[in-house]
Amino acid sequence: MILVLGALAFWVLAWLVNVAIANSGWAETRIGRLAVPILFGLTLLVVWEGLVRGLNVPGVILPAPTDIATRMASSTGILWQDFHQTFLRGALRGYAIGCAAAVLTAIAVDRIDFLRRGLLPVGSFLAALPIVGTAPILVMWFGFDWQSKAAVVVVMVFFPVLVNTVAGLQAADLAQRDLMRTYGAGYWPTLIKLRLPAAMPFLFNGLKIATTLALIGAIVAEFFGSPTMGMGFRISTSVGQLALDMVWAEIAVAAVAGSLFYGVVALIERQVTFWHPSQRG
Amino acid sequence: MRSILPVLTVVAALLALWYAAVVPMNIKAALTDAERAGMTVQPEGAAARRDLSAIQLVLDNPSVISATFQQARPRLPAPHQVVVELWNTTAGQKVTSKRSLIYHGWVTLSATLLGFAIGTIAGGLLAVGIVHNRAMDMSVMPWAIASQTIPILAIAPMIIVVLNSIGVQGLLPKAIISAYLSFFPVVVGMVKGLRSPEAGQLDLLKTYHASAGQSLWKLRLPASLPYLFASLKVAIAAALVGAIIGELPTGAVSGLGARLLAGSYYGQTVQIWAALFGAAIAAAGLVGLVGWIERLVLTRMGMAK
Repeated sequence: MILVLGALAFWVLAWLVNVAIANSGWAETRIGRLAVPILFGLTLLVVWEGLVRGLNVPGVILPAPTDIATRMASSTGILWQDFHQTFLRGALRGYAIGCAAAVLTAIAVDRIDFLRRGLLPVGSFLAALPIVGTAPILVMWFGFDWQSKAAVVVVMVFFPVLVNTVAGLQAADLAQRDLMRTYGAGYWPTLIKLRLPAAMPFLFNGLKIATTLALIGAIVAEFFGSPTMGMGFRISTSVGQLALDMVWAEIAVAAVAGSLFYGVVALIERQVTFWHPSQRG
Repeated sequence: MRSILPVLTVVAALLALWYAAVVPMNIKAALTDAERAGMTVQPEGAAARRDLSAIQLVLDNPSVISATFQQARPRLPAPHQVVVELWNTTAGQKVTSKRSLIYHGWVTLSATLLGFAIGTIAGGLLAVGIVHNRAMDMSVMPWAIASQTIPILAIAPMIIVVLNSIGVQGLLPKAIISAYLSFFPVVVGMVKGLRSPEAGQLDLLKTYHASAGQSLWKLRLPASLPYLFASLKVAIAAALVGAIIGELPTGAVSGLGARLLAGSYYGQTVQIWAALFGAAIAAAGLVGLVGWIERLVLTRMGMAK
């Protein structure tokens, strides 16, 4: 009971501190902007820990954060192996292939207006469908190893990136294209020097959406069959063994991997599209 | 309107590509069947054919091509097989039958809609809180944005099994996953929408001595609707995916996800494709429905483009 009350007391205290920071001059500083969400996240962990320990919630329903951390520390080997199989082999390769294919298709489609008008509605329609459902079919075709996971990822990232790139290639306005024409620039110089750079904000929007999809695709595809390693495999088998601390450990790894992947793409975007208004100031 | 012809062309091209792919994908199984039926095929014996390329086999055995479209368990079913399966499992069965895709679709759809409703209401409430409370904004909003980069779907099996072990079964666990997936897009979109009124408009309400509640009802909420509908379309598609994935881990016996899983266990490829198209039709229908309501509401409010 003490633990529960302690957790709740910590919650109230942290909330008061956050309110104080948010309403003071600190709110505008970098430290304040960082401190408030971190304190909030910490509060969630403390309340979680206090409630689980205080109310004696069994580990097969909800393990405490410290249990999960211990599990992560004691099985770094397995976690790394799963991460390597699912993320580095399946998700990353599929992401690279899918995005490259989508960009090349977009450039090809863009040359023919008829195709562009036809493919854009179909592409955005397909992008809204539950494409992850193709996982059982692709696992059947490409086998249990990483190839089938990469294939699922390719199909999942293809349409969002395609639609965004095609939209982006239209972004350079008429005056700019006319200017290139007055310079006597042909199709390729115009594409490389004007239209592709102008498409970058759109392209990166698609690439950022695709990072999350890639990880989801690789993990869900493993629910339909995999070698005896991989994050999706570990999650589904550990759930079956009621080893929930392992499941949470994998989810923590997936969460960190997902945000890092997104962060890296966002960082590259910053370098590439430094000229865009959304990146300035 | 002028894009109808190009769209139809692209769809026709995709269908043609599909039909063309069926032949090499199924040729090995079709040759084995033909050989068992007593036909002579080139080369003889499944072992001799294993290492040959599918294209080579098609060119050597043009008489078997028609059989590749009629396999019972093809590697890639032909489009018309999928359509026939879809027709048989929807119009050909009673709606209450376990073989009816409409029955399975409804199981998934009800979880989707319940979860979508929970997620949307919770997301909207949190967004109102975030807009009115600075501390909440600063502490919750970064996490709401960061959570969109996380593969939330990975949690689905655990939620199902844990809720199952404390006695919650059926619709609710799947709906919770759907709610969770539709929650964050709604929060992010709603916050953006509630902040969309210009400073001048908010100042005007202040000169009228309007309370925070009044400016919420009369300015912020109406202004947020276009943003809300944009996120609702994302959210309902995510909710459907969540409900489908939520059916996988417990080996559920009904629902579109269960059809996918059962099909993959028993090699019933036509059933997988039919379930997949059922899910696609459901997703398109749901997104279309939200889009229709959006047009209706925005036209009525004079905000339609």
